[in-house]
Amino acid sequence: MTASQPPILVLGIETSCDETAAAVIHWRGDAGVDILSDVIWGQAEVHAPFKGVVPEIAARAHAEAVDHVIKAAMRAANASYKDLDLVAATAGPGLIGGVMVGLSAAKAVALAHDKPLVAVNHLEGHALSPRLSGAVAFPYLLLLVSGGHCQFLAVDGVGRYRRLGATKDDAAGEAFDKTARIMGLGFPGGPLIEALASSGDPRRFPLPRPLLAAPGCDFSFAGLKSAVARLWQGLAAPNEQDRSDLAAAFQAAVGDILVDRTANAIGLFGDADGRMVVAGGVAANQALRARLQSLAAKKGFNFTAPPLRYCTDNAVMIALAGAERFAQGWIDDLSAPARPRWPLDEAAAAARPSHRPGRKGAKA
Amino acid sequence: MQKAAVESEERPLEDEAATLALGARLAGLLRPGEFLGLKGPLGAGKTTLARGLIRAWTGDDALEPPSPSYTLAQIYEGPAGVLWHMDLYRLRTPEEALEIGLEEALATALCIVEWPERLGPLSPPSRMELALRDDQGRRTARLSWFGDAAARRKEFGFL
Repeated sequence: MTASQPPILVLGIETSCDETAAAVIHWRGDAGVDILSDVIWGQAEVHAPFKGVVPEIAARAHAEAVDHVIKAAMRAANASYKDLDLVAATAGPGLIGGVMVGLSAAKAVALAHDKPLVAVNHLEGHALSPRLSGAVAFPYLLLLVSGGHCQFLAVDGVGRYRRLGATKDDAAGEAFDKTARIMGLGFPGGPLIEALASSGDPRRFPLPRPLLAAPGCDFSFAGLKSAVARLWQGLAAPNEQDRSDLAAAFQAAVGDILVDRTANAIGLFGDADGRMVVAGGVAANQALRARLQSLAAKKGFNFTAPPLRYCTDNAVMIALAGAERFAQGWIDDLSAPARPRWPLDEAAAAARPSHRPGRKGAKA
Repeated sequence: MQKAAVESEERPLEDEAATLALGARLAGLLRPGEFLGLKGPLGAGKTTLARGLIRAWTGDDALEPPSPSYTLAQIYEGPAGVLWHMDLYRLRTPEEALEIGLEEALATALCIVEWPERLGPLSPPSRMELALRDDQGRRTARLSWFGDAAARRKEFGFL
């Protein structure tokens, strides 16, 4: 798309995970994106006392909130429905009830105001989200590391994604949350572990680094979690220093794994002097981010970590993905189904094993 | 609190392979419509046991079942029917389990459920529970049968 592209006004809706969210953006092609509003109903910090229980799980909660967030997003953007160019909504993957709530709301808006609908894959929203905060040109290597995701994607263009590797069990952010749970800390675990680790000795407790030096760029964190649980159990009356040392050992292990896997992913991506983007809650960890940044520099890769705001689940990235698809001529029928399972790289996912890289030469 | 009708001995799981093998063995005995809760603290072997069970259920030894902790449920198909792998830790109330489709799952699928205690009064009266423990690397498993499921006890004679 060129800079002369007339701006596209998009309403985006996201209900596939814990948050009910709506956003309005002005998409101007290569000239950038204006975020006119960005409304999220669920906020993790509100639920910290529940230690990990975030309540927007149920379809009913999404259903109660979705009309409110859509209205709030339209109002905050000072936009009227008749001016919209399209409505975009997450159509999967995710729990079917939640997805259907958002997709149905989008269909209702599209039908009532005679606007086109774009059904967006939630992962495509994440894959394109780096382009919200500035011009990140295609192709780029994306490391998506959050509580629910842990994978490498080669983002070759809109609609062209290759999954190079992914976790075999837990996501990296999940490992942080579960480690915090084992040590009796709160939720989310990432910032709490990071704070403790800064005053800990990472060498006191030996921890495994699953898949380190294995070929490919898959992850595994379940064994690391079990090792943390054993060490923690073995401490008679853990004090603050024990906590800090274990947190530091855990964070160092995760760092070693991320660096090792990313080095392999850069090799598989196959683009010398390429671009690398790290997105997701784990990228907010300064120690881990610094290690990935220095690896990228060593490999001659340009490194970007978009603001956390755009890396967590949100409707802005869904609106963006909708706009980018719309600009390429993709529009969905009002009968577009909600899809609980929807691999971003359909072709690669159909092959077994699904996460192995297999099409290195397919880039444009 | 409903009491187990019958319990197995606490069996040692010598290594990861033994945990995977127990999962596979359970997959061969369990059927759609049945409910197996996996209990035990983080790191006790629930992930490994579920992996062995799901691989055997689907007949796919290379399958790496992702954690259901954030998605709440992962759904698999095998020759014997559909399997739901759920993690209920993040539920706030038992009723939320109904909204993510537990009743439908119970009617049609084999339900493998981590943190089943989250169901409270909505726990199916006829069910099985596998309690996993890890004591400094020594892992064990004990299977309990609740309600009508107790009639199945003798088919699990190896435990």
